[in-house]
Amino acid sequence: MDNTMVIELTDLTKAFGSTTVIKKTSLEVQNGEIFGMLGPSGAGKTTLVKMIAGIEKPTSGELRLFNKKMPSHRLIRQIGYMAQTDGLYHDLTGIENLKFFSAMYGMKGKKQKERMEEVLELVDLTAYKQKVVRNYSGGMKRRLSLAVALLHEPKLILLDEPTVGIDPVLRQSIWNELYKLKEKGMTILVTTHVMDEADKCDRLAMVREGAIIAVGSPDSLKEETKSETIEEVFLYHGGGKYEG
Amino acid sequence: MRVKAITVRIIKQFFHDKRTLAMMLVAPLLILTIISLVFNGEDSVPSIGIEQVPEPVKELLKEQKITVSEMDQGDAEQKFREGSLDAWITLEDNQPRIVLEGSDPGTNQMVLNIVQQAIQSPGQKIKPDVEYFYGTEGMTSFDNFGPVLIGFFAFFFVFLIAGVSFLRERTGGTLERLMGSPVKKSEIVIGYLLGFGFFTLIQSTLIVIYSIYVLDLLMIGDFIWVLAVTLLCAFTALSLGTLLSTYAHNELQIIQFIPIVIVPQVFFSGLFDLEAISDWVSWIGPITPLYYAADALRDVMIRGLGFEEIAINLAVLFGFSLLFSAANILALRKYRSF
Ligand SMILES: Nc1ncnc2c1ncn2[C@@H]1O[C@H](COP(=O)(O)OP(=O)(O)OP(=O)(O)O)[C@@H](O)[C@H]1O
Ligand SMILES: [Mg+2]
Repeated sequence: MDNTMVIELTDLTKAFGSTTVIKKTSLEVQNGEIFGMLGPSGAGKTTLVKMIAGIEKPTSGELRLFNKKMPSHRLIRQIGYMAQTDGLYHDLTGIENLKFFSAMYGMKGKKQKERMEEVLELVDLTAYKQKVVRNYSGGMKRRLSLAVALLHEPKLILLDEPTVGIDPVLRQSIWNELYKLKEKGMTILVTTHVMDEADKCDRLAMVREGAIIAVGSPDSLKEETKSETIEEVFLYHGGGKYEG
Repeated sequence: MRVKAITVRIIKQFFHDKRTLAMMLVAPLLILTIISLVFNGEDSVPSIGIEQVPEPVKELLKEQKITVSEMDQGDAEQKFREGSLDAWITLEDNQPRIVLEGSDPGTNQMVLNIVQQAIQSPGQKIKPDVEYFYGTEGMTSFDNFGPVLIGFFAFFFVFLIAGVSFLRERTGGTLERLMGSPVKKSEIVIGYLLGFGFFTLIQSTLIVIYSIYVLDLLMIGDFIWVLAVTLLCAFTALSLGTLLSTYAHNELQIIQFIPIVIVPQVFFSGLFDLEAISDWVSWIGPITPLYYAADALRDVMIRGLGFEEIAINLAVLFGFSLLFSAANILALRKYRSF
């Protein structure tokens, strides 16, 4: 793991109208780490991820990816973004969805075909690829959504609550996939509500009411606050009760 | 490349959603059929030109609910082309001769009745020569407003379906995913135009063929121009539908655009007598796309006019599509930071 910064936020803020949703936030994510963002509903995780993905424009501050300034059309190709909503065409089959989105990244021919089979294998949907997405289960949609995000072999993957609606066994297998992707040198940013998922990340940012209240590895966070669990760490920093 | 992928995707989605496909293709035919079966004519005040008509007849004509003015045949024909005259009456060798503008059967009948009454003297049966400037004697009311309906259905269904599709793209998160990919905003808009264009082409062809050959709608001009107008009309509807869907939060709100966007257009498209519309709202017509589509369709189907006469209408429709598409691309900026 080299230590170049993949994501650098400097004094980033975001306001919708007169309500400030993200207060001045700075953050650095290093190359090749699995970086978690933990916080209760409405904390601003999605808003942060969307700004990094280039979908939402920051109100002020600077955002750099791979040492280049965002927004940039070229940087977009390096990012794989899996939104909180599935973002799939429900009246198309799984494979048709993959074909469409890979075409958006300019993939074609044999490479496209191989890559589609690869990601289908990865999320264990090969058997269902000809099925219309409307008839997928919630977990299957989530997995297909993940497959789409991985299609174009991005170097940075942004996953907004990837394991919502997925059973524990599959959740474990998705995490195993994330570790494999990490080994291939990818940087992964993942948001979650779930405390025990936070423990699986290399480093972690705790988000609350539009501000990052603590950053560090799960162990160091626990150590600093003399806590047994991540939940206790959160309570320590945030005051109030965690309502994830 | 990406445009093609978007086009193909939209086409595939249609084939997976059979009901929407059916609504787009079959519903217009069904409604046209019903209307062709039930329609009755309506009233207006005809305007008539006269030349060398005897004083007593002139007096009788002026008593009727019509506007009468003196003019020669050349003036009358000019006015027919402008659409500002309904009939022209003269006397040749003591034989009345009536030239009807001809494209509205209701007006034709009314003018004939009025003139018959005016020239009839007791004990003497006079049969005027009747000629049609446009249209034919056997023309029905459906022939008159059928062309407007063709334009209307192309507009209505494409507007609705395109609006909802684009809305789904937004609410379903796929637009967000597209915006996170390298695709250009213009590629999305063009892809949509082409994908829908494919079905619009099928729809327009079906509507036009069905109207002419099954419902026996009067068709004097060239098929290709009817198709061209219908297609451009649908493109306008498509770009307007996707643009307005930006301002809707759900499907119901798309439906709410119907009374605001669609219904007023119908009033000014010529389905109702344009001359009867009050002056203070009559300016609305020329700013609505359907007004131009309906006018061009009537010109081709009833009056048999060709490209030169409808060129302005085609250009205006094209301009509308271009304007709405550009606005669309601008509106999409909201969903991306670059
Ligand atoms: N388009 C928007 N307009 C106005 N407010 C918004 C908009 N998007 C998000 N917000 C507000 O920003 C805040 C943060 O929302 P965000 O979706 O980032 O939270 P989150 O941490 O992802 O929550 P969850 O865990 O429920 O997904 C919320 O208070 C939300 O109401
Ligand atoms: Mg969220």
